[in-house]
Amino acid sequence: MKKLIAMCLALVMALSLLAGCSSHSGSDSDALKIGMTGPLTGGNAVYGTAVQAGIEIAVEEINADPNNTLKLEFQPQDDEADGEKAVSGYNVLKDWGMQVFIGTVTSSACNAVAPLTVEDEIFLLTPSATAAEVATAGSSTFQMCFTDPNQGASAAEVIANNWPEAAIGIVYDASDDYSSGLYDGFKNKAAELSLNVVCETSFTGDTKSDLSTQVTMCKDAGADLMFLPIYYTEASYILNYASRIDYAPQYVGCDGMDGILNVEGFDTSLAEGMALLTPFDANATDEATQSFVAKYTEKTGEVPTQFAADAYDCVYAVYQAAVAAGVKASDEPADICAALIEQFTSMTFDGLTGKGMTWDSEGMISKAPAVVVIDGGIYVPMD
Amino acid sequence: MKKILNNKNTRTNLITYLVVIVAFVIMQTLYSLDMLSNSMKGYLVPICAYVSLAVSLNLLVGVCGELSLGHAGFMGIGAFSGVVIAALLKDVIASDVLRLLCAMVFGGLLAGALGFLIGIPVLRLRGDYLAIVTLAFGEIVKNLVGNLYVGIDSDGFHMAISTSRMELLEGGTYLIAGPKGATGVEKLASFPMGFVLVLLTLFVVLNLINSKEGRAIKAVRDNRIAAESVGINVTAFRMKAFVVSAFLAGMAGALFGMNYSSFTASKFNFNTSINILVFVVLGGMGNILGSVISATALYVLPEAMRGLEDFRMLLYAVVLILVMLFTWSPKVKEKTEVVSEWVKGLFYKLTGKKEVGVNE
Repeated sequence: MKKLIAMCLALVMALSLLAGCSSHSGSDSDALKIGMTGPLTGGNAVYGTAVQAGIEIAVEEINADPNNTLKLEFQPQDDEADGEKAVSGYNVLKDWGMQVFIGTVTSSACNAVAPLTVEDEIFLLTPSATAAEVATAGSSTFQMCFTDPNQGASAAEVIANNWPEAAIGIVYDASDDYSSGLYDGFKNKAAELSLNVVCETSFTGDTKSDLSTQVTMCKDAGADLMFLPIYYTEASYILNYASRIDYAPQYVGCDGMDGILNVEGFDTSLAEGMALLTPFDANATDEATQSFVAKYTEKTGEVPTQFAADAYDCVYAVYQAAVAAGVKASDEPADICAALIEQFTSMTFDGLTGKGMTWDSEGMISKAPAVVVIDGGIYVPMD
Repeated sequence: MKKILNNKNTRTNLITYLVVIVAFVIMQTLYSLDMLSNSMKGYLVPICAYVSLAVSLNLLVGVCGELSLGHAGFMGIGAFSGVVIAALLKDVIASDVLRLLCAMVFGGLLAGALGFLIGIPVLRLRGDYLAIVTLAFGEIVKNLVGNLYVGIDSDGFHMAISTSRMELLEGGTYLIAGPKGATGVEKLASFPMGFVLVLLTLFVVLNLINSKEGRAIKAVRDNRIAAESVGINVTAFRMKAFVVSAFLAGMAGALFGMNYSSFTASKFNFNTSINILVFVVLGGMGNILGSVISATALYVLPEAMRGLEDFRMLLYAVVLILVMLFTWSPKVKEKTEVVSEWVKGLFYKLTGKKEVGVNE
């Protein structure tokens, strides 16, 4: 028994030694070091791993290009969608020598890290942290995604244009800043457009596995359109329960809804007719999307969501800006940061999630919000 | 002097202080020589906060024998109220250190006051009710703060439970913004302040344990009926331990919050409470130095294992189990006793004194 324990301990130590080595030995000094933190484990891991895979594909593509003069190197760190862990992960990346930061994946973690990157003068481009505070943290923080209040307002406009008479029921996650940010943006715009909101109800992260009360409330209030500014996992519970009580309103979602067709064990026919705002459509026929989807599916066995596509675009945007500014891998992070800020506020970028994207001096993106409708199990652009 | 050193309690206490001070001096020297990595620098303040939390919880769990599952709730109270106070005092007190101190004291007082309120009904009961109530308390704090909006503008201070009831004037900022938590927090916390907090926590807890009150608290833990029969007011002494523990947790929370530019209410959930409890249990119930060491080691461990990627949380659990088996194994205990005897012998050889019977 004692021997067994001793061996186990020795094994653990040896493993941790090995681990310590592997994280350093692989570094390549003539590559631009890109770091990322996101929830790679825990309840939000779907989003973090999607971003990680998206970045990895882009980095592999760029490094495989024979004409490319700037190689990239990528290291992900787990933050469990928690600010404290994200700061630790960020510090580890700094020790590694990170020059550009693509992260973090979630808003609250990004709020904790963004001011640090400003202080350290490391360029930050987040694929999916949608809080407005991320962009306003400093001049070197940029977003690839829409900010919550803007997207909520866009959703209200979509509803006003397509279903002006609808009685609207809203279910949002009050414990999640993404969801409540969308809700706030939507509510302000809805009041302005005098939409008919009949029911507003919320849940929290602890109660998200049973949303039957919220659905019943919307049904009883006579809502014939449900606005769901939430992530697709929770939305699938809502759709499931609604179908069980024979309630079939028109569903409208935001970019967090992208992925609902891939939820395991979910009958996708329930999502037929749902409208959602998403910058990315995996069924688009253009070559870039097709090639990305093929590579992503091969790598992970899943269809990419907008998280992965945004992450993929982040790498290409940084790459485009770095090449245009003549950034070298040996440059100091602060110099790279200054060069990238100048490029990002002046350049136009075409990616998977939109054409002709530009950034304002705050770091917020401007791209056309695309509205799609689920029809026959695929996204179809809404007229 | 001789008498002091021969007292076993005093000796352990001195060793505890010594370990903490030496650790601080080493880290601070390395820090000022710029020999620490960024990640190591980042761990310093949270370690101080977690050490204080673990020691204060040990007072409750180890010394008083009451189980609390809501220590993170008190920590959260301290963190959020500390941030608000620090922001309000921004124009009044110029010194960062003084402002952090005010925030920590206020955070501690608020947490202590809430602890007192909870304690009034619960500590009168026999059984595990404190565990149940503190568990609920932690969840209530998390959900309440998760919906709380606190803002400041030229009109003064505003507080509401929803955004619609709160309109800030131009130039106003949200200190706490519901699910976004506290954003735009000034980073006032520093390692020396963390060290001061750890020392204060140790001073309060160790002195309490070795005082008349401490003996009464231990008597209540060991045999409630016997303690009552000799005229000890059981509720009052349990209350003392509980309020002191909550106060210190609030202070540690304020320090923790002030180390991050943004944190959310969901940080102070059940998992964090259990994490602190794990520090205490692994360090040994009632063993203060054990709490200090285990909080430090267990905070750094998952971070140090980052290189193992997906396996690190699995290995963290394995390490916890192994440490548990290892420290409780009779054979290991025998070995450690041999070592401690040897150290003791060396100590007496060096000081040239003969060991006198240990007196309590």
